[in-house]
Amino acid sequence: MSDAAQASGETVADTADALLSVNNIEVIYDHVILVLKGVSLEVPAGGIVALLGANGAGKTTTLKAISNLLHAERGEVTKGAILFEGEAVQALTPNDLVKRGVIQVMEGRHCFEHLTVDENLLTGAYTRSDGRAGIQRDLEMVYDYFPRLQQRRTSLAGYTSGGEQQMTAIGRALMARPKMILLDEPSMGLAPQLVETIFDTVKRLNEQEGVTFLLAEQNTNVALKYATYGYILENGRVVLDGDASALRENEDVKEFYLGLSSSGRKSYRDVKHYKRRKRWLA
Amino acid sequence: MGDSLLYFIEVTIGGLLAGVMYSLVALGFVLIFKASGIFNFAQGVMALFAALTLVGLMEKLGVPAWVAIVMTIGVMILLAWLIERLVLQHLVNQDPIILFMATIGLAYVLEGVGDLMWGSDVKALNVGLPDGAVDWMFDLGIYVTKLELVAAATAAALVAVLAVFFQRTRIGRALRAVADDHQAALSVGISLRTIWVIVWSVSGIVALVAGIMWGSSSGVQFSLSLIALKALPVLILGGFTSIPGAIIGGLIIGVGEKWAEIYLGDYIGHAIENWFAYVLALAFLLIRPQGLFGEKIIERV
Ligand SMILES: Nc1ncnc2c1ncn2[C@@H]1O[C@H](COP(=O)(O)OP(=O)(O)O)[C@@H](O)[C@H]1O
Ligand SMILES: [Mg+2]
Repeated sequence: MSDAAQASGETVADTADALLSVNNIEVIYDHVILVLKGVSLEVPAGGIVALLGANGAGKTTTLKAISNLLHAERGEVTKGAILFEGEAVQALTPNDLVKRGVIQVMEGRHCFEHLTVDENLLTGAYTRSDGRAGIQRDLEMVYDYFPRLQQRRTSLAGYTSGGEQQMTAIGRALMARPKMILLDEPSMGLAPQLVETIFDTVKRLNEQEGVTFLLAEQNTNVALKYATYGYILENGRVVLDGDASALRENEDVKEFYLGLSSSGRKSYRDVKHYKRRKRWLA
Repeated sequence: MGDSLLYFIEVTIGGLLAGVMYSLVALGFVLIFKASGIFNFAQGVMALFAALTLVGLMEKLGVPAWVAIVMTIGVMILLAWLIERLVLQHLVNQDPIILFMATIGLAYVLEGVGDLMWGSDVKALNVGLPDGAVDWMFDLGIYVTKLELVAAATAAALVAVLAVFFQRTRIGRALRAVADDHQAALSVGISLRTIWVIVWSVSGIVALVAGIMWGSSSGVQFSLSLIALKALPVLILGGFTSIPGAIIGGLIIGVGEKWAEIYLGDYIGHAIENWFAYVLALAFLLIRPQGLFGEKIIERV
């Protein structure tokens, strides 16, 4: 998707091409707290799309709206539509969604601490019905992608390092044989080198296994290095989007998200928020 | 062997066997608490309800005991399904206290339904378990009934089956996953509703076993639901989330209260059995609030 194509307005064909399309959704927590104020985004099949923004911008909320994990937090999508493979998926349970091929890796990994790494991975295959052989094969595939986990197979996940837990969490999602993984802040709390390893693996999974990724990140630098396209969220709105390469060159992105300003740092608050783009329904 | 030693052994065995009952009820609590964070006040009444249903089916339908047991298991599974449908599903994400209140309501409903269907008189339960003293032990001078031994063996078998179920099966793994982290379990597509029906069913079956054992020795009557009150100190001792804790806690309380009765009774008055468990639990709360096997609760931010 180029900026020009965006500007010309979304056509039906565009939407149909996208594996996932989120159309102008509003999310309210506890019936009163409006957190997402009309977010739209698209993820093409086979893409790696980054959802960027500061803490509290609404990244996690967007991912949970898609995976339908919001209900468990008393959140609700009150407007807009979410289409996966062209079909509305808001009414589906997380269980149905995982079966359809959408799975989330939550912020903070959320491994099952009292289960071994092996068992953690196997829980990812909970919804599958294609028999032991296939599951066993995928288990070995996960260990091929994350050789570090191989030695920790029988360790309780609670006793493994942050990096190993992140690998376990991603591996667990892979065990569901997803078409799309919603990956929330994979870099959080990890040493820079590990962050690169994780993102390298994401890239390889994308290229070799054909898994599509929508990833939320505060680490704009790394995310834009590996993603093909990016959306920047601010206060529950998409304020900017474009090809990753274009975003990397964008002066404002450089200044506020990459910390590369040449003219001395300005305070975040001194600058007007981007006007919301006229998009869907506009 | 001296008489006092024999007596000690007899008292200890008696205590352990009484403890098995507490363990079973506590086990039912722990299963539900681990999987759903619900403190199920109705656990004791479930044992009563299960035993009443069993007796009722045997009397009214005149079917053999094992058929009635299978049917009662069916009833307990149906009950679990109804509880999920009518209660839990509507209260997801509510505060634990609200869910706790709901289980108090459930306890009264079950008691009422049990009464209504099968009457409130004390009923004898005879599913063909052996009775009478164990001969070779009796010859040694120790009085233990066969029923008590069968009860202990059944409880042990039940625990072994549950352990295999939890450790080795896909559903068991999912149950442990839910106990660890609800959100993460949801995220990998585990349906909490299915899991709840399963744990309540398993708890119902554990309650049935407790009900059969208790009912066989003391008759099926309302006091059966009161053993649930003994389960609370067991839970405090063993930790609310620990299955081994529930079992060992039950045994400790069972033996402890018998010892206290026999050896302290003369000094501080009898009927210690009635309150010993609570005092022990209180002492534990002060020394080790997480219980023997519970993990220290650390609030992570
Ligand atoms: N369960 C919740 N209830 C109420 N408000 C919430 C809840 N979860 C998140 N929020 C609020 O929604 C906003 C966006 O949060 P989030 O989606 O977690 O942002 P991000 O992932 O970008 O850091 C924040 O202001 C946060 O306080
Ligand atoms: Mg977040």
